[in-house]
Amino acid sequence: MISFFFIALLGCRLSTKEGVVCTIAGSTSIQPFVEKLAEIYMEHHRGVIINVQGGGSTAGIRSVRGDVADIGTSSRELRKEEKDLKEIVIAWDGIAIIVHPDNKVKDLSLSQLRDIFAGRIRHWSELGWSHRRIHFVTREEGSGTRNAFEDMVMHNVPISDEALVEDSNGSVREIVAHDPHAIGYISYGIVDQRVKALRIDGIEPNLRTIKEKRYKLTRPFLFVTKVAPHGLAKDFIEFVLSPEGQKILEREGLIGIR
Amino acid sequence: MKEKLIEKTLMLLAFSAIGALLLMAVFIFKEGMPIIFKVGIKNFLFSTHWAPTKGHFGVSSMIVSSLFVTIGAMIIGVPLALACAITLAEFAPQRVTVILKPTIELLAGIPSVVYGFLGVVLLVPLIRDYLGGPGLSLLAASIILAIMILPTITSISIDAIKAVPYSYKEGSLALGATHWQTIRMVILKAARSGIITAIILGMARAIGETMAVIMVAGNALRLPQSPLSPVRTLTSNIALEMGYAAGDHRAALFATGIVLFVFIMVFNVSANIITKRWRRE
Repeated sequence: MISFFFIALLGCRLSTKEGVVCTIAGSTSIQPFVEKLAEIYMEHHRGVIINVQGGGSTAGIRSVRGDVADIGTSSRELRKEEKDLKEIVIAWDGIAIIVHPDNKVKDLSLSQLRDIFAGRIRHWSELGWSHRRIHFVTREEGSGTRNAFEDMVMHNVPISDEALVEDSNGSVREIVAHDPHAIGYISYGIVDQRVKALRIDGIEPNLRTIKEKRYKLTRPFLFVTKVAPHGLAKDFIEFVLSPEGQKILEREGLIGIR
Repeated sequence: MKEKLIEKTLMLLAFSAIGALLLMAVFIFKEGMPIIFKVGIKNFLFSTHWAPTKGHFGVSSMIVSSLFVTIGAMIIGVPLALACAITLAEFAPQRVTVILKPTIELLAGIPSVVYGFLGVVLLVPLIRDYLGGPGLSLLAASIILAIMILPTITSISIDAIKAVPYSYKEGSLALGATHWQTIRMVILKAARSGIITAIILGMARAIGETMAVIMVAGNALRLPQSPLSPVRTLTSNIALEMGYAAGDHRAALFATGIVLFVFIMVFNVSANIITKRWRRE
C-alpha cells in the first residue's frame, strides 16, 4: 500500500523534464509494435515524448541496467542473471513454421525442423513427401525473429548457408506461398490463407496453444525495468496493458495477455 | 566583374559536388576500415563465413556472386544491346528508329523495384518449374540485370555509331565492302571506345543494382555452385541487413561498402584508360 502511494506520488512528476521523455530500447521484433503504441499514446498526451529504439533484446536489457533507457524490451525470457530486473509480459507471439498449402507434410518435430535448417534433411522424401529438394527460407542476420528461431529451434547449430534469406516476414510468406517446396518461419500474426502453418511436436499453433505456451515456438514480448516503473513509464505501461493497448497489439497480429 | 563572379560561383558549385563525393568516401572508409583491420584483410576478403552477430566477417562469397551476376548480365545483355544499337543506327528505317529509340530509353526510367517484382512474379516461377532449384537464383538476377542495362548500353552505343564520320562509311562502300562488312570492320572499330564506355557504364549499373537483385537472387550465403544457385551480392548484403545492424555488424556492412567502392573505382579507371588508349590509336 505504501509503495503504491509512493509510486502515485512519483507519477505526479509528469510535468518535470524527466517525466516528459521516456526512452524504450531493445528487441527489434517488438520495436514496430511499441512504435505504433507510442504513436497513439502521444496523440492522447500532447507534450510527452516516447523514444523507441532497436538494438536487440540483450542490448535493451543492458541499457535498462545502465539507466540509458527507462524501459527495455525483450522478445526472449530473461536469463537467470537478469532476473533481478522487473519484467512485464505485454503480449505473446508464436513463430509459425509455414509451407505451401499443397505440401503433404503436416507435422514436424523440433529436431526435424532443426535438421532441415541445418541442411541435414535435404529432401522432402525424408519427411514422407515428394523427392524434391527442400527450399528453406530464413531471415537476415540481426532480425529478432531469426534470433528467436535460433534460440528455440537451432540451439547453437548454425543455419546452413544454403538457406534463402529474406528481410521481412512478408517476403518469407510470399516465397512460401508461391513455391510448393519451400518452408519458412514467420510471426504467427501474419499467417494467412495462402500458406499452411505446420504442427510442431503435434501441437498446432493457435491463439489458445500459444497463450498456454503449449505450442513450443512461443515467445513472450517483455517490458523490462530496473525498479518498479513510475511516472511516464508507468503510465505508458498501463496504457499498453489496458484493453485499448491490447486491442492495438492484437490488431497488429500478436496475442494479448487476457 | 560580373563575368568573374559567375565563373567563381560555378567553380564553387562544381567543387561542392566533388566535396560531397569525397565526404562520402571518407565516411565509408572511416566507418568500415576498423573492422577490416580487426578481422584482418585476408580473413575479410577470402573467408566465406559471414555471421556478423557471431563474429565472422567473410565477404568472399558475396564478391564472387557480385562478379558472376554482373558477368552473367553482360553475357546476356551486351549482345542484345549491341544488336539493338546496330539495327537502330544502320538498318532500321528512320520512322522505326524515331519510335524505337525513345522506347528503349524509356526502359531506363522504370524503377528497379518494378523489374524486381516482375522477376519474382514471372521469371522466378519459370526458372523453378522448367530448370529446377528454388528459382531465386544467379540466373534470374543476371536476366533481370541484363534487361535493366539494355537501354544504357544501347543508347550510348547508338550515339557512338552515329558519331562515326560518314566519309568512313562512304570510303568503305566505295572500296567494294558490303554493308555488313562496313559495319563490322569500319564503323564498329571507329566507334569502339564509345561502345566500351557504354558497356562499362552498364556494368557499373549492374554491380551497383540492389533492389531488383535482392528480390530475385535468393540471398543465400554459399558460393554459387551453378547458375541456378541462390546468391547474395555485395549490395544486397548491405541493404538486407542494415535494418537491425549495430556495432561491429554495422561496421562490417560499411566494410562491404568499401569493397564495392573499390570495385566501381577499378571499373571506372579502367574504362578511362581503355577509352584514352584507343582514341590515341
